[in-house]
Formats: sequence, C-alpha cells, structure tokens
Amino acid sequence: MLQMKKLWRLPAIAIFAVLRLIKQNKWWLPAIAIFAVFPLIEKNPEYQTIAFYTLIFMAASTSWNMFSGYSGYVALGSGAFYGTGAYTMALASIHWHMAAGAAMFWLVPLGGLLATLIAIPIGWIALRVRRHTFVVITIAIFFVFQLFAINMSFTGGTAGLNLPFITWNNSYYDIPFYYIAFAIVLFAVVLSASVRRSRFGLQLLAIRDDEDRALGLGVKVSAVKLTGFAMSAFAIGMCGALYAMFQGQIYPQFVFDPLFDISIALMAFLGGFGTLLGPLLGALVLESMQQYLTVTYSSGSLYLILFGALFLIVILFMPQGVVVYLRDRWTKKEERERAAVIANEVAFAGDSA
Amino acid sequence: MTTLINAQGVSKAFGGVQALNDCSLEVEKGSITGLIGPNGSGKTTLFNVMTGYVKPDAGTVFFDGSNITNARPDAVFELGIGRTFQLTRIFSRISVLENMLVATQRDDSWLRGLTRSMSSKEEVASAMEWLDFVGISQLARLQAGALSYGQRKLLELAYVLVADPAVILLDEPAGGVNLTLINGIAEKIRTLNAAGKTFLIVEHNMEFVMSLCTSVTVMHQGTDLVTGPPDSVRANPLVLDAYLGGGDDDEPAEDVING
Repeated sequence: MLQMKKLWRLPAIAIFAVLRLIKQNKWWLPAIAIFAVFPLIEKNPEYQTIAFYTLIFMAASTSWNMFSGYSGYVALGSGAFYGTGAYTMALASIHWHMAAGAAMFWLVPLGGLLATLIAIPIGWIALRVRRHTFVVITIAIFFVFQLFAINMSFTGGTAGLNLPFITWNNSYYDIPFYYIAFAIVLFAVVLSASVRRSRFGLQLLAIRDDEDRALGLGVKVSAVKLTGFAMSAFAIGMCGALYAMFQGQIYPQFVFDPLFDISIALMAFLGGFGTLLGPLLGALVLESMQQYLTVTYSSGSLYLILFGALFLIVILFMPQGVVVYLRDRWTKKEERERAAVIANEVAFAGDSA
Repeated sequence: MTTLINAQGVSKAFGGVQALNDCSLEVEKGSITGLIGPNGSGKTTLFNVMTGYVKPDAGTVFFDGSNITNARPDAVFELGIGRTFQLTRIFSRISVLENMLVATQRDDSWLRGLTRSMSSKEEVASAMEWLDFVGISQLARLQAGALSYGQRKLLELAYVLVADPAVILLDEPAGGVNLTLINGIAEKIRTLNAAGKTFLIVEHNMEFVMSLCTSVTVMHQGTDLVTGPPDSVRANPLVLDAYLGGGDDDEPAEDVING
C-alpha cells in the first residue's frame, strides 16, 4: 500500500520537474519531448488531426509574433500569406503533375517562399502607415487577395482546387503531416528566438517602443520593418501549403479566412504578445480546444462562447498575456525589489555628488 | 575655428504659424553653443530641421561641409550629429543596456544586423563605460521604463554619447532635473567638451547656459536675434525686449534672464 501511495506522487514530481525547467527558461526541453512522441502514443487519428491543426497554428502564431509582437505593428492580414502558401501548393502540384506522396512535401517551402515574395509589396505599401491605420490597411489588402482567389479562373473560383490524392496507408495518414508541421513549428521558434537575440531583433523592439527615436539613432526603420514583415510570412506560407496538402482540396473562403488573421493574433495576445513562449501556449490552448469542441460536440460555434469567457478572464486579470503574468510572478518580483534598492542608492549617490 | 554646423536662412511654417523665419545659426567646432529664447521662439523646430525630423520650407543646413538640408534622421546621425529630446525619449520596454546597444551600430550596414548577435563584448564594454560616465551603470539590467525622470535624462545622454557623434544637440538637458543633477550634467558636458566634443544646447536655465556656453544665440519669433559671448548677450537690450515683449512668452522675463 505504501508503495502505491508513493507511486501516486510520481505525476506530481514530474509536474514539478517540468515547472522547474520552465522557471529556468528551459521549457522547450519537456515541450519538444512531449510533442515528439505524441503521435506514437496517441494512435487515434482524430486526436492526431487535432494535434496537426494545433501545430499549424503554433507555427503561424509564432511567426506572426516574430514581426508583430516584436515591432508592435499588429498585422491582421496574414491570412493572405496562408492562402498564398495553400494556392502555391495546390497549383504547383496540379500543374507539375506531382506524383502524389512524400515528394509533395518539397513544395511546402515553395509555398513559404511565394508568401514571402507576396509580403514584400504588401509590406512596402502597408508599412508606410502606423498603428491603427496599419491594421486597417492589412485587413483591406487581405480582402483584395480573397477577392482575387474567388474571382480568378486559375484559382478555380469558388469551387476551389483539388490536389492529387495521397494514397499512403490510412493508419499512418496523419503522422507524416504531424512531423512536418512539428518541423515548421521548430523552424518558426528557432527563427523567432534568434531574431530576438540579433541586432535586427533589438531594432524591432526599439521600433516598437519609439520608432522616431530609433530612426534618430541610425536605425534603418523602413528596411528593418519590411524585412521582419517578409520573414514572418515565410512560416505562415508553409503552414498554408501543408494545410492544402493535408486537406486535399482548398476553397478560397477557408484558406483566405479572416478568422485565421484574428486567431493567430488572439493566440499571441492570450499567451503573451512579444514573448517567445506566448503564441505557442496561446495556440496550444485555443486551437486544440476549438478542434476538440468541434469534434466532440459537432458544433462549429460552441468554442466561440468559451473563447469569449477565456479572453474576458485574461484581459481582466493578465492583460499582458499568461506568460508575462506568470514570469512576473516567478522572477520579476525579487528583481523589482532589488531594482528599488538600487534606485534608492543612486538617489543618495546623486544627492552627495 | 571651423564651422561644424551652418544653418542659413531656414524657414518653416506649420499651417499659419511661422515657426522659423529666415533663421541662421553657426556652431563652431569645439564650442559649447547655447540657444535661448522665449517659449515658442522656434528653438526645438530648428533642432528638428537640423536633425532631419522636419523638412524646412527654405534655407540650407550644412554639416562639416556636406549639405544635410533634407537628409533623414538616420543619415544625419550617421554623419555625426546626435541629439536628445526635450521630453525625454527612451525605449521603455527594453533594458537600459539594450537602450545603449540600439545606438551602437554606426559602422554596420543594417543587413548585417540580421546575422550578428545583439552586441559584441566591445560594444557592451563601451556601453557600460558610458553608463558609468553618467553614473547609472548599476541600473544596466533594469527595464528602462523603471527609471526615474532624471535617470532617463542621463540614459538619453549616454546612448547619444555611445555612438561617438561629433556634435551633440541637447534639448533642455536641465529641464525638470534637481540642482545637484544639473551641476552633474554641466560637469559632464565640460569634461566631454575638453575632450573635443561640440555641443549645441537649448536651455531655459540661464545660469546653466551662461556658465557653460562659449557662444550664445538668442532666438525670437523664429529668427536669430543676437549672437555673441554670454556676457554681451546678457547685456544686450534687444534680448531683454524679446523676453519682455514676446507675446507667446509664459515665463516671467527677469526670472529667465537672471536664472
């Protein structure tokens, strides 16, 4: 009996170990381990599909946050990159008569590349204005793209496009997609982390705090903003391409979806705008919850009620997002106390100078 | 002495307000030039024109022989003119040290910023040196938003200095700062000037200006009224008139002149 009681403690010990890693800023270690083995343990294709969509949104939200979160330019038209990636995948695989199968995965980076190319003129126009105007312009440009997709002949119009059907064994259907999506998440996270550590990332943060002051300190703000904007489109385009491949058919209203724009932004805000972990956490919670509720209760809108409640709680109690809230709780408190002491010392030193 | 900054006939109107009207100013190399005048006389607008934040309607600005009349702020900074703002502007959500590092990039093309890390050891060392110079190096790891007003002024001065500009434009360095810190700032300016830095200072604190500056220009209604050594400017009747008669002046004149 005693042995059994001790066994019950194991999950608690594991949870504390994970929490300690997170506190040490090594949250990615347990996270990678869990995500790497998930589809091997969870064989239910329904849950694997949920996990796949969750990964797609984790990557897209991370990539979005790499520009919008760091620079403060909230872009609400990233669905244009997602759709561009999806249509690139569809059109390329159809016109190049791709043999259905693993070879199609090579088109995923092509989707990202096209999205990046598209982002350059969009950014060139939209980044001339700031704040609210920038948000509105990105939304407007997004709808231009959606209109194109609906009305042009090469996109198949409202009927969309059918991709070559992939014919590998059903029991393994989700697994390759899962791991490619996981690779895109890793790519987006590594890119976002290295941007945060680079001189370029510092310049984005300076732009967020005071763009004109940064300009006056020699920061090439236009070039830096445009580069960041285009870079963030790459992973989002790859997500779109992978989504198209996974679905096997795409419709303009689902790949150029305004809900996508809003979702990835809300995920980042929920988790922590401008932090590395925030969009990952936000997407993990929101997307998996949405998919789960949709699948379980076969109601496509139930999640909206829960989202509303969740956002209310976050906005009321942790307006900077969950990650910033927790980090403040864990580390900043003692730091702030120390800072107050230092500030006092400086004040005294200043008086005696 | 060579002229480092030479602004000639600069005019600028904002709608119906003629902020600058045929204003000229010369800053000699190695000098500490003071720029005084009643509120609304165009001092800050002249700063903005010289640093590229505002495009003038007429006139030219030369820096060390090159025309910077319509240059952008980043280009002006790269040439060697650093400035502070009247309302202190720092990057409040990054650390004090990171604030310094934003300015230490003059030799880089911006593209290199993509591949290189935020800072080299030398850059951090030099940033810490300048923070130490202004006396806030112990705050380096703190988020800059947590600094007090005086500390922000010092940080702004430090991150302009870290880029090693030839001329430093200070917009009211003594504004809203206690007397001890004002003397401290004046001392720093003297030290730097002795090391060869040129200063152009906008300031309302007359004691500060008169004790520090080698040359003073008085502005009135958008134009340069009088230029000369502090003592002759103080005695000039035109200057008294400007302060007493200025309709846009909201400070008592004697207080301003006598400090």
